[in-house]
Amino acid sequence: MEEIQKTCLHDRHVALGAIMSPFAGFDMPIQYSSIEDEHKAVRERCGVFDVSHMGEIIVTGEDATDFVNYIFTNDVEEAADGQCLYGMMLNEEGGTVDDLLVYRFNANRYLLVVNASNIDKDERWIEERMNSLRPDGEGFFKVDVEFISEVTSELAVQGPEAEKVMEEVLGIACSDLAFYTFKETVFRGAPVLVSRTGYTGEDGFEIYATDEVIVEIWDALMASGRCAPCGLGCRDTLRFEVGLPLYGDELTDEITPVEAGLSMFVKFGKPFFAGRDVVAAQKAEGPHRKIVGLELTDKAIPRHGYEVLDQEGSVIGHVTTGYRAISVDKSVAMALVDARYSALGTPLQVRIRRKTFPCTVVKKKFYRKSYKQ
Amino acid sequence: MIKYSETHEYIRVEGEYGFIGISDYAQKQLGNVVYVDMPEVGDELEAGEDFGAIESVKAASDLIAPVSGEVVEINGTLESDPRAVNRDPMANWIVKVRIADPAQLDGLMDEAAYNAFVS
Repeated sequence: MEEIQKTCLHDRHVALGAIMSPFAGFDMPIQYSSIEDEHKAVRERCGVFDVSHMGEIIVTGEDATDFVNYIFTNDVEEAADGQCLYGMMLNEEGGTVDDLLVYRFNANRYLLVVNASNIDKDERWIEERMNSLRPDGEGFFKVDVEFISEVTSELAVQGPEAEKVMEEVLGIACSDLAFYTFKETVFRGAPVLVSRTGYTGEDGFEIYATDEVIVEIWDALMASGRCAPCGLGCRDTLRFEVGLPLYGDELTDEITPVEAGLSMFVKFGKPFFAGRDVVAAQKAEGPHRKIVGLELTDKAIPRHGYEVLDQEGSVIGHVTTGYRAISVDKSVAMALVDARYSALGTPLQVRIRRKTFPCTVVKKKFYRKSYKQ
Repeated sequence: MIKYSETHEYIRVEGEYGFIGISDYAQKQLGNVVYVDMPEVGDELEAGEDFGAIESVKAASDLIAPVSGEVVEINGTLESDPRAVNRDPMANWIVKVRIADPAQLDGLMDEAAYNAFVS
């Protein structure tokens, strides 16, 4: 077992009295005040998350566009410089190696931001692809890959007041940034990368920089009193309410993006990408299982792994994430179920310890988001 | 008399009855309670076995019976106001049981021993 890692803000979290817990090999803050208060701060005002555990990978070279398009489901060739794209890396069986954000600097340079829990697996996967022949028979991909997670830290500033906080507290102009775009700029003279992205269903920004700069930005945000420190606890409740997947729950090595309802991030018409044949066939025929939303009438809370049953009591799937959703005060879940039971309005049951509770298939977006478009 | 288990349930004994809840220490560790899954009146609890769960936003924790006995009452307040457990865990017991075997109480900690156990 490797020693647990700490982000550059670890001592700040401890000083703030955060409840710390290991996550993906890092000792991370779960909550500072309470998950509910932090969740509401992001929905109503502004919150900041230390997400320095995330992995960053730079791909450069004359074949960078082809290579990223080979390992990634979305289409970076079609993207503009300065655009961010969400998508997945797939294995040859169509299962999801990871879901990630790709930042396009230009046709020869990309940044990939991956889940902390998958950094080692992703790096191995990317190196294997790099050392394989191109599927179009044109030799090897002419690319260089640089794994920069250890020298890159990241903050997420999220909430309806995020733009004002970025501009007024940090002096980083960002009203010009459209949703899912980024730019390289400076904070007190130091280079930072800022994107209008996030994982909360609110407007917000993600900032990438060196440890020193990220610590300085964090301190400025804390001193302003305009931005609540937020832990991974509410990061999960926030993303869940707006139907965003978490790798390990709604996406795994065995779950395809088609099953997860994420086909819009898969460009089936691209010349080639790993896993394409499997997911294209699945898209054409319809998947055998799907991620759906479930809403209970009772207050009991469905949790990850609990069984989903049809009305006769046969197991037809399992809960991937469930909460008493904070913004809507309902017991809701995402679940992977037999596709025959995935139509909206289908009555099902979920087993919670000794009892079963009725539930209904609903849309996964339990809370309406308010992004700036 | 109040006794505590190593899994942080307490039982306040009044004659042949016991009121079972979670300790102040446990409610602090758990954070805001959002749901209490309670047994039904008439259910038989068995010492050391789970009889329900208490849930925070993040997770469900099993409730473990400190003694065996029949449930004679549940605290209905907790259905609409689960956070009462955070405000006053002693006043807001979860179930009232008819204690089957008072000798089982001897295996539990008294308040001083429990305080030492969690410190």
